[in-house]
Amino acid sequence: MMSKIVRTQANFLYPFILIFGFYIVAHGHLTPGGGFQGGAVIATGIALVIVAYGYDRIKSWIKKSTLTATESIGLLCFILTAFIGIGTSFFYNFLANSGLLFGDRVSYGVNPGYLNTAGTLPIMNLAVGIEVLGGLGAILMYMMSYGKEVDK
Amino acid sequence: MRNILMLIVFLTIFSFFMYVAINPGDFNSQTGEHFVFGSPKFTDMDNYFIHNAQNQTGANNVVTSIVFDYRGFDTLGEASVLFTAVLGVGLALRLLRGDKK
Repeated sequence: MMSKIVRTQANFLYPFILIFGFYIVAHGHLTPGGGFQGGAVIATGIALVIVAYGYDRIKSWIKKSTLTATESIGLLCFILTAFIGIGTSFFYNFLANSGLLFGDRVSYGVNPGYLNTAGTLPIMNLAVGIEVLGGLGAILMYMMSYGKEVDK
Repeated sequence: MRNILMLIVFLTIFSFFMYVAINPGDFNSQTGEHFVFGSPKFTDMDNYFIHNAQNQTGANNVVTSIVFDYRGFDTLGEASVLFTAVLGVGLALRLLRGDKK
């Protein structure tokens, strides 16, 4: 556990880091970024909390099994989304331009960008984001579980 | 003996690449194209993605439409690599039966 200054800063900052990461994941089909980058940003927020509070206090809040399950669910969602379009081909974008969820058309050229477009891409972005945040968080928790806390 | 062998192999490969680089290349008289090593024939892929990605996938971000749609297998491999990395870290740093807690 680090000093009170660091803990207060971490308490203040980690919601903004999580919101920024989810923003990058959700806007992956409009702005630079995507699932991998947004998941890494969210894992940075988890790392901040882990470093500020220390593994011994954090392990009752964030469990390793939860993080690994999150990672597996993300990868399964990604593969399932790819498999739904198997009637045409693997990784077929069956939602694009269909008028359903994320199915709006977009005109060629410069446009402001709408969230409700791009078919399966936002779903895959979300799945990959969940997978990356679970995976990097699990790696951090595994590595922190072998450190020893030293009292000053 | 071994150094001489290595020198021969090096000189062979080096002279091959130097010949290919200096070689003026083939000239196609029908289309007027000039094929030289290092400057391959023009392809249509980049223009295809730029002109069709927005209409076909509906995404403004062409890079994302390539990564998750046109080249989906590549992303599947990356995700599997990350999964395998976490699996390896979990195996290497797991709590053994003798460890306390």
